[in-house]
Amino acid sequence: MVNNAFIFIAVSIILSVISFLLDKDKTILGFKKGFKMFKNIVIPFLNILILVSLLLFIVPPQMIVKYLGAGSGAIGFAIAAVVGSITLIPAFISYPIASGLLKQGASYATVAVFMTTLMMVGVVTLPLEIKYFGKKVAILRNLLNLLAAIIIGILIGIIL
Amino acid sequence: MTKKHWEKIKPYIWLASFAVFSVVSFWFGFDPGKTIYQSFTKSFIEMITFIPFLFIIVGLFDVWFPKEKIEKHIGKESGIKGMFLVIVLAMLQAGPLYGAFPVAYVLHKKGASIKNIFIYLGAFSTLKIPMLGIEIGYLGLRFTLARTLVALPLFIAVGYFMEWYLKNRNFKVNEV
Repeated sequence: MVNNAFIFIAVSIILSVISFLLDKDKTILGFKKGFKMFKNIVIPFLNILILVSLLLFIVPPQMIVKYLGAGSGAIGFAIAAVVGSITLIPAFISYPIASGLLKQGASYATVAVFMTTLMMVGVVTLPLEIKYFGKKVAILRNLLNLLAAIIIGILIGIIL
Repeated sequence: MTKKHWEKIKPYIWLASFAVFSVVSFWFGFDPGKTIYQSFTKSFIEMITFIPFLFIIVGLFDVWFPKEKIEKHIGKESGIKGMFLVIVLAMLQAGPLYGAFPVAYVLHKKGASIKNIFIYLGAFSTLKIPMLGIEIGYLGLRFTLARTLVALPLFIAVGYFMEWYLKNRNFKVNEV
């Protein structure tokens, strides 16, 4: 995790310096915009971290390994795909959960399929999607994306 | 207390209760409370060491690559260039997938191809820059790279399939 922080610090410093040399005012405006976005999510983010800490305490790691670990096979994979397709969780909430699951022993394939279905398939938002695209197209898009998410999960499991 | 006050305080209720809970846990030596607090501190450090920097990057992207500028070219460009433009436009967005549907309507109205509309939706759901940043922070660069590289050809394929399937079927995006 420390390495990751270094990537962000390095990239943001390099980009800031380049941006500042090109246009001082634009850079300050960018900082302001970034700070505003940060301010908007910081409290919800902290609340989620509290919730994840509570959940990780309540749910024993053995249970996560059993249902979502490498040994859980197709069932764990299917659970992750179904939960990911149905629920609607914003990225900044789902990633701490995913990272917690990985640390507690869930497999990469399961976490990947959970994250991808979460992003690409939306059962809850299907009625809204139907309004835009019509029933047939909306359902087809979701089915194709579910298929894509399953392929992504399997391939990630093989690669990592 | 008025409703307006309540709305202001509401987001802090969890945080305040958790602070009280942690203090009480340490005071009375309540072990589960201590463990939860330690787990929270760990994830807090994990978050605070990269999220502020991520938003510096996102903010700079926002001023240097304004979405409006790219939007102007959508529909006019076709082929690889058109596809590239919708993907870049999608990457600069933020928020959940249902926020992309109104944009799909705008793209359709501007004359973007069926293929590019669905490629936009695919890129929106998997390649948004702020989301990629959070993903790198939490799941690592290796995971993020692997996932993106596998997802890219797949949602382009979905775009081609949709265009092939819908070509002569009177496809339209409705205004909602």
